[in-house]
Amino acid sequence: MATQILMPALSPTMTEGKLAKWLKAVGDDVRAGDVIAEIETDKATMEVEAVDEGKLARILIEEGTEGVAVNTPIAVLSVNGEDVSAAPAPASEAPALPKVAAEGSDVNAIAEQGAKGQRAPALDVAAAPEKDWGPAASITVREALRDAMALEMRRDADVFLLGEEVAQYQGAYKISQGLLEEFGARRVIDTPITEHGFAGMAVGAALNGLKPIVEFMTFNFAMQAIDQIINSAAKTLYMSGGQMGCPIVFRGPNGAAARVAAQHSQCYASWYAHVPGLKVVAPWSAADAKGLLRAAIRDPNPVIVLENEILYGQHFDCPTDEDFVLPIGKAKVERSGRHVTIVAFSIMVGVAMKAADALAEQGIEAEVINLRSLRPLDTATVVASVQKTNRLVTVEEGWPFAGIGAEVAMQIMEHAFDWLDAPPVRVHGVDVPLPYAANLEKLALPQPEWVVDAVKKIV
Amino acid sequence: MALATETRKRGKAKEPAIDRETLFKAYKTMLLIRRFEEKAGQLYGMGLIGGFCHLYIGQEAVVVGMQMALADGDQVITSYRDHGHMLATGMEARGVMAELTGRSGGYSRGKGGSMHMFSREKNFFGGHGIVGAQVSLGNGLAFANKYRGNDRVSLTYFGEGASNQGQVFESFNLAALMKLPTIFIIENNKYGMGTSVERASASRDLSQNGAPWGIPGMQVDGMDVLAVKAAGEQAVAHCRAGNGPYLLEMKTYRYRGHSMSDPAKYRTREEVQLMRTQHDCIESARHKLEGLGVEEKAFKAVDDEIKAIVQDAADFAQSSPEPDPAELYTDVLLEG
Repeated sequence: MATQILMPALSPTMTEGKLAKWLKAVGDDVRAGDVIAEIETDKATMEVEAVDEGKLARILIEEGTEGVAVNTPIAVLSVNGEDVSAAPAPASEAPALPKVAAEGSDVNAIAEQGAKGQRAPALDVAAAPEKDWGPAASITVREALRDAMALEMRRDADVFLLGEEVAQYQGAYKISQGLLEEFGARRVIDTPITEHGFAGMAVGAALNGLKPIVEFMTFNFAMQAIDQIINSAAKTLYMSGGQMGCPIVFRGPNGAAARVAAQHSQCYASWYAHVPGLKVVAPWSAADAKGLLRAAIRDPNPVIVLENEILYGQHFDCPTDEDFVLPIGKAKVERSGRHVTIVAFSIMVGVAMKAADALAEQGIEAEVINLRSLRPLDTATVVASVQKTNRLVTVEEGWPFAGIGAEVAMQIMEHAFDWLDAPPVRVHGVDVPLPYAANLEKLALPQPEWVVDAVKKIV
Repeated sequence: MALATETRKRGKAKEPAIDRETLFKAYKTMLLIRRFEEKAGQLYGMGLIGGFCHLYIGQEAVVVGMQMALADGDQVITSYRDHGHMLATGMEARGVMAELTGRSGGYSRGKGGSMHMFSREKNFFGGHGIVGAQVSLGNGLAFANKYRGNDRVSLTYFGEGASNQGQVFESFNLAALMKLPTIFIIENNKYGMGTSVERASASRDLSQNGAPWGIPGMQVDGMDVLAVKAAGEQAVAHCRAGNGPYLLEMKTYRYRGHSMSDPAKYRTREEVQLMRTQHDCIESARHKLEGLGVEEKAFKAVDDEIKAIVQDAADFAQSSPEPDPAELYTDVLLEG
């Protein structure tokens, strides 16, 4: 029996190469793994190893030949010792080309979807009003987050909390107060300062079926662990063809606190919102915090919960219903208005609300939308609002370039361009690392007056 | 080249008594991995496998010996040089090969490729392309076992190149601190891509890299499947008894380049040939089996059986259709 030796592809991009040298001659015995020839590509000289055993019967391409296409027969191997030297080279056995995809699937439609980027959501502009959860009581965002974790840990024994100072110290920002006492050291776990290691460990535990809540002391420190968040938590479900779900929550304060300078003051909203396979929420009020964190813990996917340190101590009314939870992916219209739509998230919702108060005194009625969720983004609610007000201002604490405001504005271009009476305006943190000096810091972060000025440019 | 079979500082695994059936089974699995990888290399050469393809040829004894030390339910996680691990855990050659060719019959339905395959059924957790990342994840597998109070053990494989990553040391600390039932297995094949271990690590005995955290370590002749199995059994017993992590350094060797596109100019051909002819795990197992009276026809039967499995896998990997274009959008998020 004769076997052809084909010109091999030796790299993902190789299409042809030079057959530089034969290291075996006709008649030589060849064992699997023997180097039989050398090939030069534009990148390197590579060795060709035999796959089968036998005797080299014929050389079809002489050494020194340039431009030999991949899969060209270069030699014939006699496998069971018979003489094939005189036989014609066996017909080239072209490798089977990948079969065209299963019939019936509409390749063009899929490609069109790809060209559009996301599958454009069917915009339900007449979205149902938010559920009325009944009586509310005033609590801090801090208490709301703690209550959310406690309720979910009571509900599901697979939920546990880990992070730096979450147990004995009760949380660096006192978010986990009382949890160690109630749930014990098995489920409320202090870790060493080792973000990469403990984030990866939590992802592994989630792949193995547990539901970890990972607290980062701040999201600035999560940069040490971002490989595990994105490459392991967000992508594994896809790479495993749907086998390996990763139910995990990464939470902690995001963005600027007060006077802690550049390395402790970054907003990561657009970083995480960029990544398919993640969900990202950014609560403002206590109700947001409690409702969204409970939803995040129950979600079977990795969810990033971007909190804000300055909000932790602020009081808001929050439903007292034991079952209170909010849907991920739904924005909230915090204030109704007809002249301009102001879109904000996290602490900037408060800034937008103050600006709306100031604008009202001047006769401008602003509609304020609290995004709550950044991925998926509730484009429908923003579109419905812009269709009414015909003007859009976005407000975010982070940097402008490739930011959330840029994305919201683009969504409006795609879905409500004809309703716009003026170009959208972005209000955002200044495009510099955050400075320490009190006066400079104030100059770098969006203030209500900035929002008022932005609105007045287009109204 | 001297392969360190002695165990330093921590005592040596008991000299294994040679059991013919066990060794024959190991021989068969090692040969399956060898032939599978040769076929994968061939399909790569034909342009049927794309991207990166890291072959396990030469290192077969490590994964086969370790797998024999495990019990049902124990878990395995490794890096991107993962085909051997998958076959050893009992994953089907067909599904692995079809994933390599990017077809719908692959373990990840064509969406993962050579470096990203998984099987919940076989407790194989990947298949990870970021060097060292699987070590933190492996700790998580062990954490979940401990949290649930079961006695399962997880195996975390990584190369000597990965052993210098910061998160590997973070993981040693966490595993020792939390007494996680995990075995760290350094597959020291001497080269992290083109950089020899001597040029990459100041540590001269990687089995002792966990020593600062009190993690017992052992060097093992990773070219001897029975030595691997014996060391594995010792480490597994240690972990299962609740004593925390264990570290095994497998002295092994890969015959092929780092990936298919590696010309391997950083080592001599003689070095590779010496390993192949003097230390090959399959050849030495075969010699031992011959000494135990296994006859030529038994080897021939195994050869034929494996050839058929591998050919069937290669055929399936070429006939299985490409994933439906609609698959592009599935498995990004779970409903919930």
